[in-house]
Amino acid sequence: MAAASSTARAKAAPRKSSASAPKIPAFTKDEELAAYREMLLIRRFEEKAGQMYGMGLIGGFCHLYIGQEAIAVGMRMAAKEGDQTISSYRDHGHMLACGMDPKAVMAELTGRRGGASKGKGGSMHMFSRAKGFFGGHGIVGAQVPLGTGLAFADRYLGNDNVSFTYFGDGAANQGQVYESFNMAELWKLPVIYVVENNLYAMGTSVARSSALTDFSKRGQSFNIPGEQVDGMDVRAVKAAGDRAAQWCRAGNGPIILEMQTYRYRGHSMSDPAKYRPKEEVQKMREEHDPIEQVRARLIAGKQASEEELKEIDAEIRKVVAEAADFASHDQEPDPAELWTDVLL
Amino acid sequence: MATNVLMPALSPTMEQGKLAKWLKKEGDAVRSGDILAEIETDKATMEVEAIDEGTLAKILVPEGSDNVAVNTPIAVIAADGEDASRLNVASDATQAAKGKDAAQKGAPPPPAVATAASVPATVHAAPPPEAPEVPEGAVMETMTVREALRDAMAEEMRRDENVFVLGEEVAEYQGAYKVTQGLLQEFGAKRVVDTPITEHGFAGLGVGAAMAGLRPIVEFMTFNFAMQAMDQIINSAAKTHYMSGGQMSCPIVFRGPNGAAARVAAQHSQDYAAWFSHVPGLKVVAPYTAADAKGLLKSAIRDPNPVIFLENEILYGHTFEVPKLDDFLVPIGKARIARKGEHVTIVSFGIGMTYALQAAAELEKEGLDAEVVDLRTIRPMDSATIIESVKKTGRCVTVEEGWPQSGVGAEIVARLMEEAFDYLDAPVMRVAGRDAPMPYAANLEKLALPSVAEVVAAAKAVCYR
Ligand SMILES: Cc1ncc(C[n+]2csc(CCOP(=O)(O)OP(=O)(O)O)c2C)c(N)n1
Ligand SMILES: [Mg+2]
Repeated sequence: MAAASSTARAKAAPRKSSASAPKIPAFTKDEELAAYREMLLIRRFEEKAGQMYGMGLIGGFCHLYIGQEAIAVGMRMAAKEGDQTISSYRDHGHMLACGMDPKAVMAELTGRRGGASKGKGGSMHMFSRAKGFFGGHGIVGAQVPLGTGLAFADRYLGNDNVSFTYFGDGAANQGQVYESFNMAELWKLPVIYVVENNLYAMGTSVARSSALTDFSKRGQSFNIPGEQVDGMDVRAVKAAGDRAAQWCRAGNGPIILEMQTYRYRGHSMSDPAKYRPKEEVQKMREEHDPIEQVRARLIAGKQASEEELKEIDAEIRKVVAEAADFASHDQEPDPAELWTDVLL
Repeated sequence: MATNVLMPALSPTMEQGKLAKWLKKEGDAVRSGDILAEIETDKATMEVEAIDEGTLAKILVPEGSDNVAVNTPIAVIAADGEDASRLNVASDATQAAKGKDAAQKGAPPPPAVATAASVPATVHAAPPPEAPEVPEGAVMETMTVREALRDAMAEEMRRDENVFVLGEEVAEYQGAYKVTQGLLQEFGAKRVVDTPITEHGFAGLGVGAAMAGLRPIVEFMTFNFAMQAMDQIINSAAKTHYMSGGQMSCPIVFRGPNGAAARVAAQHSQDYAAWFSHVPGLKVVAPYTAADAKGLLKSAIRDPNPVIFLENEILYGHTFEVPKLDDFLVPIGKARIARKGEHVTIVSFGIGMTYALQAAAELEKEGLDAEVVDLRTIRPMDSATIIESVKKTGRCVTVEEGWPQSGVGAEIVARLMEEAFDYLDAPVMRVAGRDAPMPYAANLEKLALPSVAEVVAAAKAVCYR
């Protein structure tokens, strides 16, 4: 991707040049607008969450997804009914992309009874059986075997669903990831391993933590194919997602997608992100912002006017404001909830 | 409409900070995501981002200001088209202050209202059994614990297609301790699955499969290797139902031999009963007899919760009478009176029962009539049965092979102190493994484990004999 021109980036992870990348299929107008809307929802939701954290309404760890929106949204566009999604603690964007109610997600962030986990899970632990979202996991890498197990169940039950299993560049160094890779290929499990390579695991850059920084090759010793994808371009993400899902549904086993992305904010709310130059962040925001890319295409192609986009923006701000309002005023869980849900 | 930019907090505990620097000046156009200012505390620096678009109409707090309280308006942003110069900034700021009050009203109710009761109501198991577990006149057959466990799995696998067995050497090799003997032949490779040596991975995979609705039986070759998988067992299996607000259940059984075998030394001789019993969200079962092994394993497989099923390598070859029934279930959470007696209660579980029962036989010769309680389930613990017995005897000894500190015995002692103090005629005594890793040398190993003699001595001591 073009970001390779940034020296900091180039050092951190050699990127495939955009010339050799597969040609990116264009989106229809509807797809562009849908992607725009979804990504904007995540962006505005996360900005609001950050603000509410600053006001003391959200506590503990809170990892924002700002910058990475194209991955959750593009991959979701490649999913079908019944597919499962599982991710790490950086989960708000995925939950919104899966269609979970912004109010329930925000109220979980504030620990209220209307939250997705009744206020008992918090930012890092949210789930939705109805939307096929299996968490929200706080231990780095732990979701990878779980996602593999979801795929095991798909194969066992004989359906053609796929498990979308997301993890970070840091998590990619956990042993259980490779235990999972081995079993997934051995048993041809329908799982898409999506490495969200945002170049940093907390303050540790990929270059400082990984012997092999091309995560698409991390499956090679298990014969799992992989692909590097421009994770800032929602069209590229969806196209790769489509190819991967097709591969899995056809019974070929797992596949790895390395999504090259960037988080604009610190690792969590209390991380001032001093380990990377401001210019690096600024450059990504200015030149590769996933939402701006769609916006620019919509305007340039005359598929939408500034006015129409402003309207969408206003609608989304309203949804987010309502979620924030609900999450600020909903009651805390009943004290008796402490003892519920421990067992069935 | 103009909006105020408020002083943000770096953490929930931050109350004030320094407004170090303004990166935009009055009159600048502002887009959401733009960095407006930098704030500092003694710990860190943070950027203030705009979340609204428009023009920076007014800076209310100049750069370099110290001790700016969190939530104080620091600037005003005028919306597009609004005339920034004509904004009544002062009244806006007062409104913001009011707004802050309102926000605080909306904030969490005071702890007094929201604090949960600190102690759960004590839940006792229902008093003594209504119907006998083994119906009158049932035909009994003799079998080993190993065979009973295998039969339990086979019966449940016939009953429910979603039950499958996963673990190292469970299929082709027929089980490292032959507990899964014949299962591959009957159920095929889809349902009896050999895994690589990857405990953490396959335990997690099992939990994922259980979350998706399957009923995995995960065998650990021994529970010592479950340490590799501890994180998935505790953080994923035990807590997910709770963290998901009741949406994600995890019907899984983790089973395998637990505790000391013989001469396998420290890393392969550990009793995990107390470890797992510490964890809410798990059930922990540790049978002694073949009948209990069979009936409890069947119940564990049907249970909608994660169940830790602790077997014992030495007990695998012991034979017992097992009722010959189509569907013999033993309920989880109920202790069993293994021997009735009047003078002293001995409570144990699993292989600890061998010491307890032999000690009772010895004590009988000396005129002491011991009642022996087999816990069978460690969590949820059947306090009621123990307390009923102690009401009668007034004296109690606990027996386990595991370490004494925070052990199962310690838990029983605490419960008796809290719930049956008035019935006790002597302090409760614990007999446990030595507080040391298991040594390899035969003589030392023998010294490290509890003995019948120690149980006899403890029983006599609490009877002041
Ligand atoms: C097993 C474990 N070790 C350490 C941590 C602390 N920790 C939380 S997130 C994180 C970095 C993970 O980075 P990455 O996988 O790249 O994901 P990202 O945060 O970039 O999305 C660390 C070290 C943890 N939660 N779990
Ligand atoms: Mg990362």
